[in-house]
Amino acid sequence: MGLEEKLPSGILLTSVEKVAGWARARSVWPATFGLACCAIELFQTGGPKHDLARFGMERASNTPRQADLMIVAGRLSQKMAPVTRQIYDQMADPKWVISMGVCASSGGMFNNYAIVQGCDHIIPVDIYLPGCPPRPEMLLDAILKLHDKIQNMKLGKDRDREITELEEARLNMRPLHLPVPEGSEL
Amino acid sequence: MSGPDQPPKASAEETHGSEAPQGPQNPTPPADEAAAAGADGDLPVRLGQERLNEPVVRTGMFGIHGTPDTSGYGTLRVYRAPLLDSPRPYGSYFDVVADTLGGALQADGLGFSDAVEHVVVDRGELTFYVRRERLPEVAKKLRDDPELRFELCTGVSGVHYPEDAGRELHAVYHMLSITHNRRVRLEVSVPDADPHVPSLVGVYPTCNWHERETWDFFGIVFDGHPSLTRIEMPDDWKGHPQRKDYPLGGIPVEYRGAKIPPPEDRRHYS
Amino acid sequence: MSSSMPHAAAGASDAEAAEGRVYTVSGEDWDEIVAAAQSDDFESGERLVVNMGPQHPSTHGVLRLVLTLEGETVAEVRPAIGYLHTGIEKNMEYRTWTQGVTFCTRADYLMPIFNETAYCLAVERLLGIEDKVPERAQIIRVLMMEINRISSHLGGIAPMGLELGATTIYTQGARWRERTLDLLELITGLRMNHAFIRPGGVSQDLPPGALDAIRAFLDSSRPLVRRLHALIDANPIFIGRNKDVAYLDLQGCMALGVTGPILRATGLPWDLRKAQPYCGYETYDFDVPTTDTCDAYGRYLIRMRELDESMKIIRQCVDRLAARGSGGPDKDPVMIRDAKIGWPAALSLGPDGLGPSPEHIAHIMGQSMEALIHHFKILTEGFRVPAGQAYAAIESPRGELGAHVVSDGDTRPYRVHLRDPSFTHLQAVAAMCEGGMVADLIPAIASLDPVMGGVDR
Repeated sequence: MGLEEKLPSGILLTSVEKVAGWARARSVWPATFGLACCAIELFQTGGPKHDLARFGMERASNTPRQADLMIVAGRLSQKMAPVTRQIYDQMADPKWVISMGVCASSGGMFNNYAIVQGCDHIIPVDIYLPGCPPRPEMLLDAILKLHDKIQNMKLGKDRDREITELEEARLNMRPLHLPVPEGSEL
Repeated sequence: MSGPDQPPKASAEETHGSEAPQGPQNPTPPADEAAAAGADGDLPVRLGQERLNEPVVRTGMFGIHGTPDTSGYGTLRVYRAPLLDSPRPYGSYFDVVADTLGGALQADGLGFSDAVEHVVVDRGELTFYVRRERLPEVAKKLRDDPELRFELCTGVSGVHYPEDAGRELHAVYHMLSITHNRRVRLEVSVPDADPHVPSLVGVYPTCNWHERETWDFFGIVFDGHPSLTRIEMPDDWKGHPQRKDYPLGGIPVEYRGAKIPPPEDRRHYS
Repeated sequence: MSSSMPHAAAGASDAEAAEGRVYTVSGEDWDEIVAAAQSDDFESGERLVVNMGPQHPSTHGVLRLVLTLEGETVAEVRPAIGYLHTGIEKNMEYRTWTQGVTFCTRADYLMPIFNETAYCLAVERLLGIEDKVPERAQIIRVLMMEINRISSHLGGIAPMGLELGATTIYTQGARWRERTLDLLELITGLRMNHAFIRPGGVSQDLPPGALDAIRAFLDSSRPLVRRLHALIDANPIFIGRNKDVAYLDLQGCMALGVTGPILRATGLPWDLRKAQPYCGYETYDFDVPTTDTCDAYGRYLIRMRELDESMKIIRQCVDRLAARGSGGPDKDPVMIRDAKIGWPAALSLGPDGLGPSPEHIAHIMGQSMEALIHHFKILTEGFRVPAGQAYAAIESPRGELGAHVVSDGDTRPYRVHLRDPSFTHLQAVAAMCEGGMVADLIPAIASLDPVMGGVDR
């Protein structure tokens, strides 16, 4: 991509990471993908009381080409899924996704034919935000966690190493199973 | 014959004391013949006889099926109440509407019972069960006759009754008259094998999208509709989702070792 | 323009069709289109098919419009919906009657209380308890509906400004809307999708201090109302973009089944709260604002005036509730007293969270076996509704919201159909916008105020 691709890991790369992270985190432009009820809470988060502008995010880029963050706000229906993927593909790197609300994270209360059970079936998600709908404060919390993630994101060779480490960690993750006594499966 | 032999529990279970008929079933004689047969005296008797011909809605009680049932209610059979016309007078403005509609149809040479199979007054609402061939004419009369003037059709909705052989799919139209401040409901039943209903788009253009939605969800084909295509589901979807034989489509949810079945597989207490 | 011109986007094409040259726009080829339009080949009858949405800032949710444009004029507009279809109606067939409230409330998510009320009125009609719902519950229902009407209208007016590029209208509208959400949160516990109105009454009584909070809201709303009026009413740009735009007269409304502010903009004062009152609306004193301009600006004015009328009604509700005092669940219940239907437990906040109040638990565990049985049966199985069908219609902020409910005597609905006003009104987009300019589409749809959750359900 740029300068950081050519830098060897070391103090210089780390400094570039810090500066780039600092700049990226403070000016994330959301491509508001407001679908349903969560979009209304997103709308309120942009209002004066819980202000998205203080994070540099009030300029919601309506075109995905200029957007950094896709907030999937609301239930993702089967008909909308290919559109979601297309919008995600149209976004330029680096891009992040917050899946806002339980419907976007896991299908929510709508466990049926019409709703994709989690937008992570369609696009990769960085932050899952539960709630039905999540309060604006919860959304801001998710955004701040994402800002931390962006700020600490590594670049270049460090990023490759980070990705490999994360993948290893995921592959070796133990399942969340409690020991189930015999014959008691629901 | 019925009488004391008929299951009294069934009727109490069903109607909570209200004797108004509900749900669509095998065609019963229309209003005028029933009145002629001296309906009042025979009514409970006829109810019992016809009820045994009706589809069974529920079996057993407490939702127990197939396990040792010591309650004694396991062999309970709840039948759907047969569709009977409401006796005259209907009350409120319903008589005026029915009479005016009958008069308007007769002025065109159509008998009232040619067009309307049953008239049901239940819960303060008037329902005409219309034969599908006559639906556009009835709708036109409702819209145009100055005494009726049901200018607004608030839409079509479908209902699927899979147990009712020959009358599985219903299309329900609700009409509103702003001039006279009245409401009426039209209901058309069609069999699954031949789910065609004439379209009302020519009479009430608002039915355009509503009919598309009813086609999308139930498979009722509206003849004469300018563009009957899927509206809510994706264009290449197979099946009609809101029919009773279409699954809800949920998946089991696993969380920390426990598996929760989707809503259609959970316990049902009836 | 030769047909062998390379196109920037994969899906773009141009072809000779019966209507003439057809250019399909699919992105990344704007330069080509502009060049074609400026070239000598372009005649004034050439048409462009442009797809707007489903992701687009100037639509109220995931609405897709397929436009056929002749220059700036819209020759055809075909709305495509279904991008938010959730199967709410089918889902309700698998839950009990009370659980159905949590589903129908998410249909039109800007006016959740109205969805709940329409559904509960239909269920109560089937149960035959329409006149047995406690009066306190009816007053609270009216109160909640009017607060929701304010928040819904603001949720329509604020995006109206945002879509025209006036961000201040959006922030000021969001600011006032935030206050209504605070009220809703105080009373129901949630800012949206409350599941507050249940068949038989409402789920909880007003918390202590609610009446004062509502009065404070009403008083503090006056400067906010004035500010919105000052900002929007005489704004030349707003008027220029909304006046005489999206014309739909009375005949069009009747043919297309349009109700609500759009119908009232034609001059007809049809409001179900006055014509076919429910929940005691006949006892409240309020007006039905109308204009006779049939355009987007008229609809905006009606919505603003309805905000004032709603505040009037809220004040009357508050006065009535204050006059009734706080009787408590025995003297002044908010849920029907029928043990086989009414939700058995009033919620209260205890040391371990929200749950049935200690008094209720003491009653069912220690004092009454019947109460325990009713509690258990109603919470697990739900109540049974006698077979039949009912249609209850209410005046929602968008128009006539109807619930057609069919029961077969079971603990679950057999079929629920929500007749949503936004669904019907979107059909009118073609009638309102064809022949106008592309830029007029935005205020036209904004004046219809569709909510795609209600359209797609």
